[in-house]
Amino acid sequence: MPQATGINDIIKPENLVYKRTEVMTPNILHYCPGCGHGTVHRILAEVIEEEGLQTEAIGVSPVGCSVLLYNYLDIDWQEAAHGRAPAVATAIKRLLPDKFVFTYQGDGDLAAIGTAETIHACNRGENIMIIFINNGIYGMTGGQMAPTTLPGMKSSTSPYGRDVKMMGNPVKMTDIVATLPGTFYVTRQSVHTPANVRKTKKAIRKAAQYQKLNKGTCFIEVVSNCPSGWKMTPVESNRWMEENMFPFYPLGDMKVPQESESQTTNK
Amino acid sequence: MEKELRLMKGNEAVAEAAIRAGADGYFGYPITPQSEVLEYLMEAKPHERTGMVVLQAESEVAAINMVYGGAACGKRVMTSSSSPGISLKQEGISYIAGAELPCLVVNVVRGGPGLGTIQPSQSDYFQATKGGGHGDYHLIVLAPSSVQEMADFVDLAFELAFKYRNPVMMLSDGAIGQMMEKVWLSPQKERSKTVPEWATTGKPPTRERVIITSLDLDPMAQERFNQKLIAKYNEIREKEVRYEEFQCEDAEYLFVAYGTSARVCQKSIQLARAQGIKAGLLRPVTLFPFPVNRLNELADKVKMMISVEMSAGQMVEDVMLASNGKVPVYHYGRMGGMVPEPEEVTDFLKSKI
Amino acid sequence: MTEEILIAGFGGQGVLSMGKIMAYSAMMQDMEVSWMPSYGPEMRGGTANVIVIISDERISSPIIRHFDTGILLNQQSLDKFEDSIKPGGVLVYDGNGINRHPVRKDISIFRIDAAEEAGRMKSPKVNNMIVLGGFMKIKPIITLENVIKGLKKSLPERYHNLIPVNETALQRGMEIIREV
Ligand code: SF4
Repeated sequence: MPQATGINDIIKPENLVYKRTEVMTPNILHYCPGCGHGTVHRILAEVIEEEGLQTEAIGVSPVGCSVLLYNYLDIDWQEAAHGRAPAVATAIKRLLPDKFVFTYQGDGDLAAIGTAETIHACNRGENIMIIFINNGIYGMTGGQMAPTTLPGMKSSTSPYGRDVKMMGNPVKMTDIVATLPGTFYVTRQSVHTPANVRKTKKAIRKAAQYQKLNKGTCFIEVVSNCPSGWKMTPVESNRWMEENMFPFYPLGDMKVPQESESQTTNK
Repeated sequence: MEKELRLMKGNEAVAEAAIRAGADGYFGYPITPQSEVLEYLMEAKPHERTGMVVLQAESEVAAINMVYGGAACGKRVMTSSSSPGISLKQEGISYIAGAELPCLVVNVVRGGPGLGTIQPSQSDYFQATKGGGHGDYHLIVLAPSSVQEMADFVDLAFELAFKYRNPVMMLSDGAIGQMMEKVWLSPQKERSKTVPEWATTGKPPTRERVIITSLDLDPMAQERFNQKLIAKYNEIREKEVRYEEFQCEDAEYLFVAYGTSARVCQKSIQLARAQGIKAGLLRPVTLFPFPVNRLNELADKVKMMISVEMSAGQMVEDVMLASNGKVPVYHYGRMGGMVPEPEEVTDFLKSKI
Repeated sequence: MTEEILIAGFGGQGVLSMGKIMAYSAMMQDMEVSWMPSYGPEMRGGTANVIVIISDERISSPIIRHFDTGILLNQQSLDKFEDSIKPGGVLVYDGNGINRHPVRKDISIFRIDAAEEAGRMKSPKVNNMIVLGGFMKIKPIITLENVIKGLKKSLPERYHNLIPVNETALQRGMEIIREV
């Protein structure tokens, strides 16, 4: 009869296929099951580790679902007021130009209350990375309409669907910042399939490398899901995102540097 | 090194003193009557002189949040504005107080409420001394009454801000900001190279990560933090009270006034004494902490106190609390950008005797 | 000694800079000074005024409403501030463009046709230096030497070639001022 194997017999170096990066703390993520935030956190942490940036990284966390982001990545953090992360990051980078400085913001934070800070930091070409999680809804406060909520989409403050005549149109912030001379690299990605996860990670890596070269603002939108706010299962939410979010917010690069401008390495 | 004598506006003096005090960063937005601070800094090229960062922000809101970011890196950073702009900064100031960050905020006060006037006023006393933004907190508030003090208080403000990890406000007004006087400027200080252990600088493997935040989801922990703040404010109340007295030794009638009003009162005292009325002045230099104990002592000696303010009567409440019913306390004020004439203050005193 | 002076006129008449040079010169003479301008939208094209206080004691209020000397350089200022001069005080005005002349009997009134003189000197910019020269004649508080120092300090280097014409203007002012 085969012996019952204990967990300790399975955990052996030769069996290891995945390991938590050192830059992630052991704290348990508070996000809802299936939420994209956790994935973005992980690849961000991996890039920080792989690029050797842990000792120089200073992150600015937002107000929104990812407000406690500072509990999950083992780097120095500043928690900004709602929408103000780009202003906070501006000062950090100007006073400590050798550090790797980034913000991580949701759509309410970045595209509603923080519109001015976002546009002006990008327009000045602050040498920072901005990660913009767009799930079309206010997650933390319980599913209210966001600046990015799609036309007709239901939320707790647009219970009959977003009526653009009354409530205005969704804002495509990434398209806007791509037109500004201060941005160097602007892209829109997602993390709902392994292939997309790899693309997003590559984008974050590029942004980190461009920052070393003082190239200006790098802006990465991640179109993401919010199963709780959308009132769907994780699988349904991903399908809904593909069918509804992507046609309105198409994935892909919006502003890429010329070959000669970007001397980076690929891993 | 010798001090240098210059003829300067208060606003220019703040700017030059900031460079000389070794400030690391200034973030501002234009508003009358304090725009000269940013203008002077841009012209003086502090980046070449000391490496100081100066940036015109897109709003007062952005500027104060830049101050937050810089202060959290352990840097000596500041902003300046005038009343409506200071209202916009209140959110950021509350976060700075909540994250226990040191910084200097200069308010060159103008008449309000709303857009108000651009002339000098002292109507932001409550906002400066009682909190201003949301939550239980205090700023250390310094009240200059001359161009010299606008220069001198920059260095003092940074010293206190770092000593207590607390934002400091310099509460000036349009008159002191706009007028020129003689000012002796201190020699250039080097920018500080010491990095406080609480600052975000990138995490070396040798220490835990630093998190600058004012958020605590656990009410018990938040209450403990509030108690820690109270203890800090009480220490400040005990150690940092500053005031100046004029002819208080034999005074029977005491003016209490700060900033421009205090200068008006000096003349009013001369006028009163020429008519045989023994008047004196207590000028609070720190509005928080307020010179409570000294006023309480003086309340045993004088017959009356008059709070002279360019406001509808704000500091008068603190004078009443400090004198604790021992003597009658009156308020004499002008508003909207009007500065009282020394004669009218003396006449008011005479009308109350 | 305390001298409380109001200077008022059109923005382009060099009102603020005249006050600044007075203050600077007095400071060079180890006196206490304050220079308090009117500020804000009224500066834009309209009238400008500045209160200069010179004293050998610490200056109390920088904003006052009664003056030892009023230097009033246009009709608007004359109308507004003639009554602000203390009894026994001094009023200096430029007759150019004035149709309602000062009327007070309890003050000394001096007229200086600085605009006209500056025109004759073909340098309208020295208008304020002519007025300042006149003031120095009737109130010898600040010295010519210190005014020249003040000018050097307040003018950018590239304008230092203008100092001789300013000096001439100061002297012309001393000559042409006359009591009415
Ligand atoms: S509310 Fe939405 S965005 Fe927030 S954690 Fe849950 S799923 Fe994610």
